[in-house]
Amino acid sequence: MAEFHEISPNASAGAKTLNWIDNRFPLSALFKAHMSEYYAPKNFNVWYVFGVLSLLVLVIQIVTGIFLVMHYKPDAALAFGSVEYIMRDVPWGWMIRYMHSTGASAFFVVVYLHMFRGLMYGSYRKPRELVWLFGCGIFLALMAEAFMGYLLPWGQMSYWGAQVIVNLFSAIPFIGPDLALLIRGDFVVGDATLNRFFSFHVIAVPLVLLGLVVAHIIALHEVGSNNPDGVEIKADKDANGIPRDGIPFHPYYSVHDIFAVSVFLFVFTAIVFFAPEMGGYFLEYNNFIPADPFQTPLHIAPVWYFTPFYSLLRAVTTELMYVLMACVVLAAALSLLKGRMPAVFKAVIGGGAVVVLAMMLSIDAKFWGVVAMGGGVVILFFLPWLDNSPVKSIRYRPDWHKYFYAVFVVDFLILGYLGTLPPSPLFSRVAQVGTLFYFAFFLLMPWWSRIGTFKPVPSRVTYTAH
Amino acid sequence: MSEALVDGASFDASKRTWLIASGCAGAVGGAAALVPFVSSFQPSEKAKAAGAAVEADISALKPGEKMVVEWRGKPVWIVRRTPEQLAALPKLDSQLADPASTRKPDEQAPAYARNATRSIKPEYLVTVGICTHLGCSPSDKFQKGAQPSLPDDWEGGFLCPCHGSTFDLAGRVFKNKPAPDNLEVPPHMYLSDTKLLIGSDKQA
Repeated sequence: MAEFHEISPNASAGAKTLNWIDNRFPLSALFKAHMSEYYAPKNFNVWYVFGVLSLLVLVIQIVTGIFLVMHYKPDAALAFGSVEYIMRDVPWGWMIRYMHSTGASAFFVVVYLHMFRGLMYGSYRKPRELVWLFGCGIFLALMAEAFMGYLLPWGQMSYWGAQVIVNLFSAIPFIGPDLALLIRGDFVVGDATLNRFFSFHVIAVPLVLLGLVVAHIIALHEVGSNNPDGVEIKADKDANGIPRDGIPFHPYYSVHDIFAVSVFLFVFTAIVFFAPEMGGYFLEYNNFIPADPFQTPLHIAPVWYFTPFYSLLRAVTTELMYVLMACVVLAAALSLLKGRMPAVFKAVIGGGAVVVLAMMLSIDAKFWGVVAMGGGVVILFFLPWLDNSPVKSIRYRPDWHKYFYAVFVVDFLILGYLGTLPPSPLFSRVAQVGTLFYFAFFLLMPWWSRIGTFKPVPSRVTYTAH
Repeated sequence: MSEALVDGASFDASKRTWLIASGCAGAVGGAAALVPFVSSFQPSEKAKAAGAAVEADISALKPGEKMVVEWRGKPVWIVRRTPEQLAALPKLDSQLADPASTRKPDEQAPAYARNATRSIKPEYLVTVGICTHLGCSPSDKFQKGAQPSLPDDWEGGFLCPCHGSTFDLAGRVFKNKPAPDNLEVPPHMYLSDTKLLIGSDKQA
């Protein structure tokens, strides 16, 4: 701990106050460590604004959420009415509610772009694995938060969406039905479910989310930011120990981010004022009908940000299971024939494949759909260990990697679009192909990420003054 | 105290024993405290009590129509099938995942409804209107013939809007659909020709 620091009696009142605080709490030290003396690479591009924007949306969600809770009633008989009350009778309530509902979608927009930035520039690679893992944890918490929040207006989509997702858990062999019962707190989604989701949505998950955000930033500031070139700026420091390619976060990036925040808020407020429903994508039309436990709406689909994963769920049918089993057999055969490893490992792989095949044959496709949906999210956690590319950034990877990434993005968007549509034979086939590609992209990454001619990575970041 | 430990020279063994013992006791207590919290997630006594059988008056139900009654918070459908619809049922067997309801027979239907029409009286189908996939309530597609999301030779039945599972007019699921099982037939009995009791099949 720092020595007690006496300040000159002639110092200004501000300096004296700051000195008084600094002797009791490391205010200046924290500001320096995380702002004015945190050196970030000078070559950030527009992709680097989405981290700050997600922090901004988090604040919007917390503030608007606090005000919504003042008027909302978590009761199956009153919830729908209380939301309409906020919309019609609470002064400016409509705006607070639309900020919150638009904020939910905006959160996923900026987080998806933020994650894609990480994917492009290899921001999850050593030594930033924990930054990535905390980030994936945030994504998971965000999904839980969005899902439980969506039940609260107690509209038709709220109700049936929750019914479907909670029933996903009942597909787990043996413990599933009891687990679903424990989540619902009743034999069907009802008042008990609404009340506990409210508790999770306003207290439990936000606390976890905030903790993870703090961990994400602490881990980031420990290792330092990556950049579009994937060059470690800490490898080249000047005489003062400051990276030559680094600039202090404050004022350079704080100003840069204030500009980004302003532009973001133009768009955000335009949506809040002119298109809060976003054509049924941000607020689904069926959710303006009160929940009816006897009538599933003719077409139900989750909100857009869940639809890519929802497509993975729908794609797994009995037919696709045979394709997946063939994949397991092929993978096991390849590793047994081609793999250079001790016989013990081969025996384990062979035995494991037999067990997996037996499970695939004996457990419903429904369960494997749930596994695919969960796996689609969980596989992101493993990215740091799946990517074997010798370079971090897409800039220095073979050109075909870029096209492959482009196909992955298109695949993700197609899965997302199909997830919003009613089921049909043709689209189911497309979603099945998309699902296989989604998993192949990640599961085969240890191999394909090494193939091709990589370009030389410069020792300093590429940057032209402007 | 700490210097003694760094040297490895001496430490108070009985103090360490008590530290470990009280730590263990605290851990056990902490684990036990989980029980009430996790248990509070279970359905309340009030929710458990709300499972009584319900009566349904089917006198106004015309052939080809469906009515819905609530039982345990779930929709129970009563469909009065036309002779033509009944005649179409056996023809579908080859397209169904489990035409004879042999998979999990005890969960799918009571013994008296394990027959070709999955009902006590062939005319009346009584089934829980909750898809066995993920719990949506399928919609009526009683009209025959080609229509969106359905095959061209559709004989009438139900389509689940969530994931596209289709069921025939005996609540039997078609092949290659996400739903694994046929719709559940609840315990039920006829109190008279026009009165059904749903949720119980024993005379009180």
